[in-house]
Amino acid sequence: MMTKKNGFFILLFLIFLYVLVPWLIQVTGRTDLLYTFSAVALLSIASAGVWLTFFIGRINIGQGAYALVGGYVSAVLIMQYGFNFWLTLPLAGLFCAVLSVFIGLPILRLRGVYFAMVTLVLTEVMRLTALALPITKGAKGITSIPLPAELSIAGMTLIPSFTSLSNPKVGFYVMSITLMVIAYAVLWRIVNSRLGHLCKSLQQNEELSASIGINTAYLRILTYSISSFFGGITGAAFVAISQSIYPSSFQVTDSVNFMLNCFLGGLGFVFGPLLGTLILYFGWDLLFATGKYQLLIYSSVLIALMLVLPNGVMSLFGQKKVKS
Amino acid sequence: MEQIIVNGLYLGAQYALIALGLTLIFSLMNVLNFAHGQMYVLGGFVTYTVVAQFKMPFIVGLIAAAVILAVVGALVEKYLFAPVIKKSKREESTMLLAAGIAFLLDAIILLVFGEKQRGLPKIIDGVFNWDFIIIMPYDRIVIGFVAIAMIVTFILFMQYSRTGRAMRALAQDKVAATLMGVAVDRYSMIGFALGASLAGLVGGLLVSITGINLGMGGPASIKAFIMIMIGGAGVISGAIAGGFILGMLESVGLTVLAEYGDITYLVIFASLMVFLALRPQGLMGKPWG
Repeated sequence: MMTKKNGFFILLFLIFLYVLVPWLIQVTGRTDLLYTFSAVALLSIASAGVWLTFFIGRINIGQGAYALVGGYVSAVLIMQYGFNFWLTLPLAGLFCAVLSVFIGLPILRLRGVYFAMVTLVLTEVMRLTALALPITKGAKGITSIPLPAELSIAGMTLIPSFTSLSNPKVGFYVMSITLMVIAYAVLWRIVNSRLGHLCKSLQQNEELSASIGINTAYLRILTYSISSFFGGITGAAFVAISQSIYPSSFQVTDSVNFMLNCFLGGLGFVFGPLLGTLILYFGWDLLFATGKYQLLIYSSVLIALMLVLPNGVMSLFGQKKVKS
Repeated sequence: MEQIIVNGLYLGAQYALIALGLTLIFSLMNVLNFAHGQMYVLGGFVTYTVVAQFKMPFIVGLIAAAVILAVVGALVEKYLFAPVIKKSKREESTMLLAAGIAFLLDAIILLVFGEKQRGLPKIIDGVFNWDFIIIMPYDRIVIGFVAIAMIVTFILFMQYSRTGRAMRALAQDKVAATLMGVAVDRYSMIGFALGASLAGLVGGLLVSITGINLGMGGPASIKAFIMIMIGGAGVISGAIAGGFILGMLESVGLTVLAEYGDITYLVIFASLMVFLALRPQGLMGKPWG
């Protein structure tokens, strides 16, 4: 699995992310790109979650719901209970994972289009819940959330307080990239483990895998909660960057976009969602210059891509394919 | 109470028409048409343009909406969905395409018709008032009856015409229908065109009552999804049942839950989750669609 050549590529990729990209941005002076890259990195984590549900043969259009929940959990914990942001990050993920078990128990029995529709509706439910609950402060949202504080264990500073940084954007960039690298490492590990192979059997034929003694219900819930964990992390990290959250922070469009990222990148490839997010986000940003034709060109390109490469952009380079 | 029921029936008739188009497309091609709401909005704008700018009668506007949407639907099926379905390894790929088409229609509507809210004057003035038990503007009554008439026509068409029979056969079993000599490609196209034109007709009908704007497409699609989940995807009777049930729930909810704020849809969603846990295929759907 982990050959020498692969290790080399991963090392190159990491150097590129942590050294080359910040350096290039420094040189060219385009510091606004730091935010763009952070956003892409974070969104690609949520997309990775969606990809994982695709991997068990479910179309998940509800990731926006968990991103929203994760964001609110983090925001409420910081603002009302004075938690450290770094602690709320895993807590937000865990909260989403637990929530997704309860939601997943009934809805994971659904398949195909039914599951897709229910998850789409779920996004809308979360938005309405955020509007209705008192703790989320309705449409006003939660604003002026402080920057992440210092994280220290036994007096040793692990992560410095972001307010002390000269440029918090660099801090957020490093945070987002690190989270992304961890998320994709986890995803890659899952796919190439026993669990991954079991998931693959679910994707192909659920009855058959159940008949040879695989606990399909348990597997479905497990993968769905991992997926939602990713969604929660994305939401919480986004709250830290934007320092605010509203019920409209993550809505149906975002959920659909997470799904599109996976499709566009390629469903058969672990790094598909990463590439898809990059292309979609940057494509949208680049087209900003075209003004009112932005959406027209964007959607036409999307449709054209689908006609030319129905199995995703990653299918152009076949060698990174998940070993089956 | 009577007022709530009448309101529910009126809403239900419109909703059922939207859901019918969506479920027809789904049953024929196994495609979840994300762009359905946008087609509905497009129909509304076409009617608005024909009636308000070209000074034609309302009925001409409706027909124009139906025809134009049918053409759009047919083209979308023939040049976009059919090739992708043939080439793609996974049938879910059509969802990306459908979402792309939803964006595309949004963009086209924005460029051609602008982002303003558009509405037409009432087609008939006056309010029906039955002793203050039921109060309903006449134009809503007319639109409600037109919608019901269209549903009946649609059912009769599906039940007794040659085209309708062919489409029902396709929905039931594609392979068997092909073996019996049903031209799959042609009837898929006709089905898609018919579904799209139903969406356009509802848009045209409602433009004189609620008006129409660009942002209505997405929520309309979500409502349509809820309806076919209640009734069961791909089943015509289910779509009608789902439409009327959602209309009734909305009408009742808006009255009963008014004091708790705007939570009608939250309650509907929550009950939908519970309902689907008990009956995943909806009221009348086949198991697993």
